[in-house]
Amino acid sequence: MSFLEKITEFEFFDFKEYFDSVSSQDVENSLNKNNLDKFDLLSLLSNTATPYIEQMAQQANKLTIQYFGRVISLYAPLYISDYCNNSCTYCGFNRQNQFKRKKLSIAEIESEAKVLSNSGIKHVLLLTGEDLVKTPISYLVESIQVLTKYFSSIALEIFPMDTNDYKTLINAGADSLTVYQEVYNKSIYKDVHPQGMKRDYKYRLLTPERGAIAGFRAINIGPLYGLGNVQSEAFFAGLHAKYLEQKHPDVEVSVSVPRMTKAEGGISPKNLLSDKTLVQFMLAWRLYMPRLGINISTREPAWLRDKLIHLGATKFSAGSKTDVGGYSKVNKGNIPQFELSDTRNVDEIAQMIKEKGYQAVFKDWDAA
Amino acid sequence: MSDILTIGGKEFTNRLFTGTGKFASKSIIPEMLEKSGSEMITVALRRVDNNDKDDNILNYIPKTVTLLPNTSGARTRDEAVRIARLAREGGCGDFIKIEVIKDMKYLMPDNYETLKTTEVLAKEGFIVLPYMMPDITFSRQLQDAGAAAVMPLGSPIGSNRGLEMIEMIEMIIRESSIPVIVDAGIGRPSQAACAMEIGADAVLVNTAIATSSNPPDVALAFSMAVIAGRKAFLAKMEDKKTFAEASSPLTGFLGES
Repeated sequence: MSFLEKITEFEFFDFKEYFDSVSSQDVENSLNKNNLDKFDLLSLLSNTATPYIEQMAQQANKLTIQYFGRVISLYAPLYISDYCNNSCTYCGFNRQNQFKRKKLSIAEIESEAKVLSNSGIKHVLLLTGEDLVKTPISYLVESIQVLTKYFSSIALEIFPMDTNDYKTLINAGADSLTVYQEVYNKSIYKDVHPQGMKRDYKYRLLTPERGAIAGFRAINIGPLYGLGNVQSEAFFAGLHAKYLEQKHPDVEVSVSVPRMTKAEGGISPKNLLSDKTLVQFMLAWRLYMPRLGINISTREPAWLRDKLIHLGATKFSAGSKTDVGGYSKVNKGNIPQFELSDTRNVDEIAQMIKEKGYQAVFKDWDAA
Repeated sequence: MSDILTIGGKEFTNRLFTGTGKFASKSIIPEMLEKSGSEMITVALRRVDNNDKDDNILNYIPKTVTLLPNTSGARTRDEAVRIARLAREGGCGDFIKIEVIKDMKYLMPDNYETLKTTEVLAKEGFIVLPYMMPDITFSRQLQDAGAAAVMPLGSPIGSNRGLEMIEMIEMIIRESSIPVIVDAGIGRPSQAACAMEIGADAVLVNTAIATSSNPPDVALAFSMAVIAGRKAFLAKMEDKKTFAEASSPLTGFLGES
């Protein structure tokens, strides 16, 4: 059974009615359990659970320290190309957007890698838009190979592909995969992906499973909050993570919480995720899955990230540039994929983590 | 009389082994080691950065303490062997704690891959300490494959649940001719003392020390508990009994003469 069947079970599930029916007693029962099921997750994501947020935080904080230690792992993204054939309505790389696109040469990627690794970063996340002509597998292989000289772990956030192509990239030196469903709600998915390969909901939904079969050791998933109803999307993220944990126990599963904060890419999000709800979601996931990695990017403002260290976060990006060539400034004037909020450099982030009584971990793997 | 534990030709007087993971700061580690007197410390090779001259975790471990690099993150024999070789090349010595884990939720060791790893690394001259699910047959197989000691888990890593596997561990202790080090799950000094009382040769404690609010003091408490448990074992303390027993129930009638 794939996650498609799992999610299809909820096709006619009335989330609004269910969330409205959650009682305080339900929430308290869930908080007193050791092994939470999907109904507990629903209870803890509901508005009824919001007044219990401090109790959830205390429990989540303890679990995170027990399972992960007083530790935050650091990584940074590296954008190698912004060519893209998709038209995601929320994304700066949307093919309709007119701007001078850029694909880095292998030499330019090496320049970027040098600057980034000099900042102390050891775990890199390589990103590109979806354009098989401009950025074919062979180009990705070469890019990964050059990055292995500078980084101890290479994660990919690229267009979905088949298991065999993933194997090729793993053999080149990649070890982790990030792929966001963007939105689990099928009809919204169709609306915000009007054309391009990305229109195929099912192919994208099953990407993490193909990645796990190919042999990635860590897989990071999540929707983009703002596209669909936040509570049901957060539920599907948890359900998806749990499915992967059970089906592929040898994979480290984590979630990200990217959220649209204002009119990004020209559209106005109908479902803004508030700070408080974001925190509640993180806590609910932690209680549901004690070992789940929770990844917080520089999309979030500095003041909030500083607090999230104690609220279940396990991984931070640091010193990020989200435009192609942004580290070595090889390519001035490119537009970033999304706007950054936390602009502190790597040293400043590491220092802040230390001041919070946590250890910033730069290296947590030795790629072959 | 000195009570010395020998593993791989190296002698240890302190039977508390410690770890380097989960600490709020690496800078606490030297004080933790000094206060506890721990003479062996495990370090995940995945976290060792020999290119980092300032903040390499190895800089925080005094030369007098034996380094036990571990293969954390390995999911197969090939990955574990690769990590072990990297550890040796990186100057971490010949000791290696094998961790092969394919279950990220419960972090249970994969005994089959662990055995295959032990076979390879023992032949390459490593001093192999495999982290294992407590199983008497498997323990014998590891010994035959060349393990220098076995490290059965007390309960799941980081669970603080103590010796949930006590019956299985006792079997291994009774039958093993190589040292038995209880690793994982020991959350309180009393649990460490219990492991030593039943005859473990050493215990390895990390989470309970590293995540406490005062790691040096907690490490000291564990160290003292290990000494207490060891003394009790050496003094051949009697087993606990379920019922009260008269002092001579069978021969008391014979009287004093």
